[in-house]
Amino acid sequence: MVVGLESWTLARPELFLAASAMLLLIYGVVRGEVATPFVSVATSVVLLVTAVLLFAPYREGTAFASLFIVDRLTATMKALVLIGASIAVLMSRAYFEQAKAWRFEYPVLVALATLGMMLMISANDLMSLYVGLELQSLALYVIAAFQRDSLRSTEAGVKYFVLGSVASGMLLFGASLIYGFCGGTAFVQISRALLDGKAAEFGVVVGLVFVVAGLAFKVSAVPFHMWTPDVYEGAPTPVTALFAVAPKIAAVSLMVSVLMGPFKPLFPQWQQIIVVAAVLSMALGAFAALRQQNIKRLMAYSSIGNVGYVLLGLASGSEKGIQSIVFYLAIYLVMTLGVFATILMMKRRGVMVESVADLAGLAKSQPMMAFAMLLFMFSLAGIPPLAGFWGKLYIFIAAVEAKLFIPAVLGVLASVVASYYYLRIVKVMYFDEATDALDSTPFGVYRTVAFASAILVTLFSLAPQPLSLIAAAAAKGLFP
Amino acid sequence: MSSWPILSLVTFLPLVGALFCLVVNGPKEAVDRNCRSAALLTSLATFLVSLVLWVRFDPTKASFQFEEKLDWVPALSIGYHVGIDGISLFFVLLSTLLTPICILASWESVQVRVKEYMIAFLVLETFMVGMFCALDLALFYVFFEGVLIPMFLIIGVWGGKRRVYAAFKFFLYTLLGSVLMLLAIIAIYWQVGTTDLPTAMEKLELPFTWQCWLWLAFFASFAVKVPMWPVHTWLPDAHVEAPTAGSVILAGVLLKMGGYGFLRFSIPLLPEASQYFAPLVFGLSIVAVIYTSLVALVQEDMKKLIAYSSVAHMGFVTIGAFIMNMQSVQGSIFQMLSHGIVSAALFLCVGVVYDRMHTREIAAYGGLVHRMPRYAFTFMFFTLASVGLPGLSGFVGEFLVLVGTFKANTWVAFLATTGIILGAAYALWLYRKIVFGELTKDSLKGILDMNRREIAVFLPLVLITLWMGIYPSSFLDPMAPAVDKLIGDYQAALKLARTAALVP
Repeated sequence: MVVGLESWTLARPELFLAASAMLLLIYGVVRGEVATPFVSVATSVVLLVTAVLLFAPYREGTAFASLFIVDRLTATMKALVLIGASIAVLMSRAYFEQAKAWRFEYPVLVALATLGMMLMISANDLMSLYVGLELQSLALYVIAAFQRDSLRSTEAGVKYFVLGSVASGMLLFGASLIYGFCGGTAFVQISRALLDGKAAEFGVVVGLVFVVAGLAFKVSAVPFHMWTPDVYEGAPTPVTALFAVAPKIAAVSLMVSVLMGPFKPLFPQWQQIIVVAAVLSMALGAFAALRQQNIKRLMAYSSIGNVGYVLLGLASGSEKGIQSIVFYLAIYLVMTLGVFATILMMKRRGVMVESVADLAGLAKSQPMMAFAMLLFMFSLAGIPPLAGFWGKLYIFIAAVEAKLFIPAVLGVLASVVASYYYLRIVKVMYFDEATDALDSTPFGVYRTVAFASAILVTLFSLAPQPLSLIAAAAAKGLFP
Repeated sequence: MSSWPILSLVTFLPLVGALFCLVVNGPKEAVDRNCRSAALLTSLATFLVSLVLWVRFDPTKASFQFEEKLDWVPALSIGYHVGIDGISLFFVLLSTLLTPICILASWESVQVRVKEYMIAFLVLETFMVGMFCALDLALFYVFFEGVLIPMFLIIGVWGGKRRVYAAFKFFLYTLLGSVLMLLAIIAIYWQVGTTDLPTAMEKLELPFTWQCWLWLAFFASFAVKVPMWPVHTWLPDAHVEAPTAGSVILAGVLLKMGGYGFLRFSIPLLPEASQYFAPLVFGLSIVAVIYTSLVALVQEDMKKLIAYSSVAHMGFVTIGAFIMNMQSVQGSIFQMLSHGIVSAALFLCVGVVYDRMHTREIAAYGGLVHRMPRYAFTFMFFTLASVGLPGLSGFVGEFLVLVGTFKANTWVAFLATTGIILGAAYALWLYRKIVFGELTKDSLKGILDMNRREIAVFLPLVLITLWMGIYPSSFLDPMAPAVDKLIGDYQAALKLARTAALVP
């Protein structure tokens, strides 16, 4: 296979990230532990530079014999993933230093995981899809267990690994069925085969179901969500922050490009699956979080619920639906990073705490932190004029226009239930008296991230237009 | 028409004060003092600017005035479109009037977290005013829902013993109704291609079954807000637990959002469904008027009694709105305005004694007239206004509604009138228990009459109640063209539907 120069230019950001990750790894190995601060900052910068490289200059097309595709949608999704990963790395340092687990491998692993995510997003062939997915997953399994001395962290890593492998297996099995029936792994071939009448073959549908199940695991949609609460709770908090944004966005993007790409002809078939998964995710995300006491666990259920809304956008299968997904994910990214920055600030006498009750009376002891959290909670609950409302609005517009009336009604009802537990956090912070105040965090990354996110979430209503234009441009990638 | 964006100014001016309160810093006393003054000044300034609206309002026009239209989210055809007509004008004024009064009323009673309190009230004012001005469905929804955030905090942080329960109940009840309305709004957007209200009024043509579904979705939201029986149960809890000023805003403005919503959205957008469901509304309203009046009779908590009386009074509003003739609709709007002033004042009256005695139990009072003559007069004045004494504001609204109703449906009018009798019973009973009789309780022996600040709070309300009762034309005339148009369009739409049904 001859690879032209064009391929290398298209994959420029990925190549840059891969090369930088390797260089940083070598640097770390040579210099030892002293290199950690530099490597971590450099990784954040590299991730951001990669995001810039996506658009400066922006090129689109397919590369490496159609294994790899770049369009507006993939570029936008990659940008979101990179921003999320970059900030997650920035937020890791203080936590791991305190846990005495600050090693230079961590940022490098995040960079490699991110590379995997970028490959996933750009996959245009079941083979490259799988390679990207595994690169991402393997790196993430390791960082979930990165706090080696902590039982919970190792348990989270193992759980994630075992269940993740099952999902990968399912995906691979589905892919092989599809290969068998369609005679190829490239998305173009699959699409052509399906249009040529293979869509009716039972084996193709079975393969599709397996692929969707594997992907649903990665986005943690019900009924493949079981790992999420345990992994979110057990993993070190900065890792949880990363899990909540980057791999999730990447997996959603992958799901979109697979289902709306080669499997578009099977839309009626997969729509049913996605609708059911969406409704169940929204409902479970709402009901299961009601009684959670651990805030990380609560956020895990919240993320399951959020994926439900994203899948509702996907189920509409329209251009609006894809726009709404991009729009929603961008807002979700900002809110989630803000929430986790706030969670990372929760310390009492130097020890990290993570139960909801620990927030009691925060409004008095740390008004700004409490206010930021309040904004995030109302935003997650989808109350206007905060940003979260617009995300939900967009999704529901797409759903109604696709005539998914019943799922839309169930979705808004689930959002009312979900608002209860978001409100509970506000209640604990504002209505309850403090038993024992939390430490105040010195100015630093956490406060900056929380503050910036809070500003974005609040002022978003002033100008929702730019993001909707970005979303519209991104969706054009699938609907040329 | 001036080029000044005066409606936006009224809407967003309070935020300037809120921003000031947010950044102000220093020792607690200074911060509290500054925030109080800043909040009062901003809200007074807002009120003055809103008076300009009234002065420059052209009472002969039925169309929207002071319109402003900007692109907001062109990708979704959502615009920032505001404007007022005769119906919304007075609701804007009501909101801007009650906010400074609330701030003044909380001057001494709120001592903890003054800064946050003032911010919450100013933000609340922005949302309320914005909601009454909005001429875009999405914009309306943003303000309509936004109100929940400050109100949730006001009840939950500064409320009474069961404040957490009340705050959650208030929030979840209202949210549940509202999200269904959001879907209805999206459905309208889907049909019309824009969320612009005037465009939607012109273009929206839906099959009857669809109209019914959407009407029910809107109803879910507005009925909870009004509140109509049987979804009124959040109101007594919220009222009882909210701080005085919170109750004032709840009764004065937030309840009106439901009635206003019916007149602004349900009826013009979905006329056939409105006609179809009118009997349902009458039924629920009559139950509300009679049942909640009876419930009010046995209350032991002053605030709860007034809360139930609010449900009963709002029953007249919903009857009037759906009878759809000139008198009834005008009466319905007038009743809302009057109730906004009078029930707000009644809650303030409760607040006056609550601040002194820290109890709202009716049994804890009695014979206040001996110690508090000024208070006795004020309370009497508003009790009678609430009962509907001719010459005061309550009479005009109830009378117009009943006249209009009588023309359309005698039975509804008859049953609704019984509510007035019951209303007189519980209001006067409350007054007798609290103010008259011998002053026997030791705890009350040292109670002081209203001070100057409290008089300043009540004086404007007394004057307005008299004005509305003696010369209601000041208020009825500007709203007449808009109401006329509303009814005209409604009848025309029904006629069109009938003709369409005749054509095979």
